[in-house]
Amino acid sequence: MANLTLVQAINLALAQEMEADDRVVLLGEDIGKNGGVFRVTEGLQQRFGEHRVVDSPLAESGIIGAAIGLAMAGMRPVPEIQFEGFLGPAYDQICNHAARYRTRSRGSVTIPLTIRVPVGGGIHAPELHSDSPEAIYAHTPGIKVVMPSSPYDAKGLLLAAIRDPDPVIFFEPKRVYRSFREEVPEDDYTIEIGKGKVVNEGSDLTVVTWGATVYQCLEALDKLPEDLSVELIDLRSIYPYDEDIILQSVEKTGRCVVVHEAPKTCGFGAEIAALIQERLFLHLKAPVQRVAGFDTVMPYYKLELDYLPDAPRIAESIQQCAGY
Amino acid sequence: MTAVTTAPRSIPRRPSAALPDEALLRMLRDMQLIREFENRTMQAYQQAKIGGFCHVYTGQEALVVGTFASVNHDDPIVTAYRDHGHALARGMSPRACMAEMFGRATGCAKGKGGSMHMFDKPNHLYGGHGIVGAQTALGAGLAFAVKYELEVLGRDLASGGNPKKRVALCYLGDGALNQGCLHEAMNLAGLWSLPVIFIVENNLYSMGTSIHRGTTSADDLTKKAAAYEIDGFSFDGMDILSLYDNFKPVADACRDDQKPAFVDIRTYRYKGHSMSDPQKYRTREEVEEYESKRDSIAMLAAHLMRDRACLSEDAWRAMQDELAEIVRDAVKFADESPWPDPKAELYSDVMVSPHPRMSPSGEYVEGACNPILEGQPGGGER
Ligand SMILES: Cc1ncc(C[n+]2csc(CCOP(=O)(O)OP(=O)(O)O)c2C)c(N)n1
Ligand SMILES: [Mg+2]
Repeated sequence: MANLTLVQAINLALAQEMEADDRVVLLGEDIGKNGGVFRVTEGLQQRFGEHRVVDSPLAESGIIGAAIGLAMAGMRPVPEIQFEGFLGPAYDQICNHAARYRTRSRGSVTIPLTIRVPVGGGIHAPELHSDSPEAIYAHTPGIKVVMPSSPYDAKGLLLAAIRDPDPVIFFEPKRVYRSFREEVPEDDYTIEIGKGKVVNEGSDLTVVTWGATVYQCLEALDKLPEDLSVELIDLRSIYPYDEDIILQSVEKTGRCVVVHEAPKTCGFGAEIAALIQERLFLHLKAPVQRVAGFDTVMPYYKLELDYLPDAPRIAESIQQCAGY
Repeated sequence: MTAVTTAPRSIPRRPSAALPDEALLRMLRDMQLIREFENRTMQAYQQAKIGGFCHVYTGQEALVVGTFASVNHDDPIVTAYRDHGHALARGMSPRACMAEMFGRATGCAKGKGGSMHMFDKPNHLYGGHGIVGAQTALGAGLAFAVKYELEVLGRDLASGGNPKKRVALCYLGDGALNQGCLHEAMNLAGLWSLPVIFIVENNLYSMGTSIHRGTTSADDLTKKAAAYEIDGFSFDGMDILSLYDNFKPVADACRDDQKPAFVDIRTYRYKGHSMSDPQKYRTREEVEEYESKRDSIAMLAAHLMRDRACLSEDAWRAMQDELAEIVRDAVKFADESPWPDPKAELYSDVMVSPHPRMSPSGEYVEGACNPILEGQPGGGER
C-alpha cells in the first residue's frame, strides 16, 4: 500500500501493466524524456526504454491512427493526448476508425486501445484546456468512456481499460490530479468498466456525478440540513454506465439531481434523466434536475468558477428538488 | 515571343538600406516593447496575476517585427498561441494585451480568452489559436478571400471599395509542421495559388521535442513546400535587417503574383516553452549563445548607433525607459481593471443569434443551470 495522488496511481498502473505485458506501449507528445505535460508518465521511459515509451511528433491524428494500427495487430497501445481539446485533430481516427473497426470487420478485428486524456476545468486554463467532452464519445457507438475520480479507482479502471478488448477513452480529471492522496494497493486489481459506486449512502435524494465534481457534490452535502439524507453516486464509467446503481437508488429516493461540468444541453445528464423517466416514472417525486456547465465555451480564468458547478449551486438544486 | 507586360520591379540590392532611419528605429522600438512586455508578463505570472498557460515571445521579436514591416497593415495575419508579440507589433495597445492575460474585462477578448487568444480585428489580426497547426488552413482561407475579392467580386469586402492586392501571413511553430492540417492547407494554397505565406517560426523546439526528433527534412524544410509546388525559403530570423532583406521580396512577389510561399525562419526562444518548463531538452550554453551573441535587439541597436549613427546611447536608454514606463502602465491598468461581469459575459459572444435561453440580455441567476421549477428561487428561465 502506498499513499498516492491520482497522477502517481496512474503511473503505477502503467508501470505494472508494462511489466506484466510486453504488448503495452505508450506513445504521445513529450511523454518520455519530459514525462508528459502533467508528468503522469514520469520515469517510464528510463525504465522501459524508448521503444515502449515513445516520444512522438506533434500529431494527434497520427498518434491515434498509429495506435489503432498497433491495436489491430494485437498490441496494447496506450497513447496520451495532452489535453481533451486536442482530441479534435484525432477525432476522425477515434470515431471513424477505432469505434467502428469491429463492426466494419464484422467482429474479426478488435481494437484494444486505451486513450489517456486529462479532462475538465478548474485549473485556470483557457478554452481547449478545460472542456468535458465525455458525452460526445459516449454518443459514439463502439468506444467505452471512463472517468475515475480517485487514485484507487484510477489504477483499477486503467488496468481494466488496458486489458479490455475494445477501445476506451480514459479521462483523467485534472483538478483531482494532485488534490489529495489515498491508499492504493501495490496488488493487481481491476474495477469493472460500467460499474459506479455509492460514495455516500442516503434515502431522500440521489445525486449522480463523475470526475472532479464528486468533490463539489461532497462539499454541497455538507451545506445541507442534517435531516436531508442524500445518496451520492460516482458513476466512474460514462459508457457503458451503471444503470442499476442509479435505478436502485432513485427507486428508493424518488428524487435525482445529476451534476456535470459539460454544457447542459445534450450533456450526459440528459441521458440519465431520460433513463430515469423511462424506467421510474411512477416512482418520481420531483423532476430530475441537472446542474451543469452552460451552453457556452468554457471561459478563461475568472469566469471559470462561475461556469463550473460549485457546492452552493449544487446544494441549491438539491434543496429545490427535495422541496418539490 | 509574347512581350512581358508587367514592368520589372526595381528592388534595391538590400531593401533595408533604402529604409529611412525612422523605419529602423521603429523596428527597434517594437522589438524592445515586446521584450519589455514579456519580462513583465513573466513577473505577473509568477505573482499569480495571470492564470492558465502563458507562452512568452522573448528572443523571437525580430521575426514578427521584420515580417510585419515587409507587408501592409491591412494584410491579414493569423497565428498560434505564442501570440503576444504579434498582437503588440500589429498595434494592439499593451494595456488591452496585458489586461487580457490578467483576465480583465478591458482585455482585447474581454478577459475571456487569455494569453493564447489575442484577437484584434481592426488591426487585421485573426488570432491567437490554441490548437497547434489548425490556424494554417484559416490562413489559406484568408488568402482565398483576398483572391476572391480581386478576381471574382471586384470589390473589397470590408470597405466595398476597389479590391487591393493583399497577402495573408500565416505563422506557425516548427511543431505544427507535423500536423496534418498544415499539409492540407499547403496543398490548397499550391493548387489554387493562394496569396498566403506560411511562416515557420522555427525556434528549434516544440515543447521538449527538438526539431530533429520531430520532423523529417529538419535541415531543409523547404522540401516540404516543394511537394506542394510552393516556393520555399529558409532565412535567419535573428538579424532583423537580413530578415527584411530576404523576406520583403518574397512578400512583394506573393502580393504581386497572388501566389503562396513557405518561409522557414530560424529563430530562438530564450525562455521555457511555457512558464512551467524545466528545459531538460537543451543546455544553458545554447540559450546563452543566442542571448549574448545573436540577440536581435542588441544587434539592431548596435547597427543604428554604429553604422547609421542615428541613435545615441542616451537616446537608446531613453527609448528603453519610455517603453518600460508604457509596460508598467499596462500592468497597472490591467491590475486595476474590473473583472468581467459573469451576469453579462458568461453567455455573450457565443453566437450572433443565440438560443433565447442563453441570450446576452437574458437574466443571469445563480443556479441558472438548474431546471425550470416554477416559483422556486434560482429556477426559471436563464
Ligand atoms: C493539437 C495540439 N496538440 C498539442 C498541443 C499542446 N502544445 C501546445 S504548444 C506545443 C508545442 C508547439 O511547438 P511549436 O509549434 O514549435 O511552437 P513554439 O511553442 O515553439 O512556439 C504543444 C505540443 C496543442 N496546443 N495543440
Ligand atoms: Mg517551436
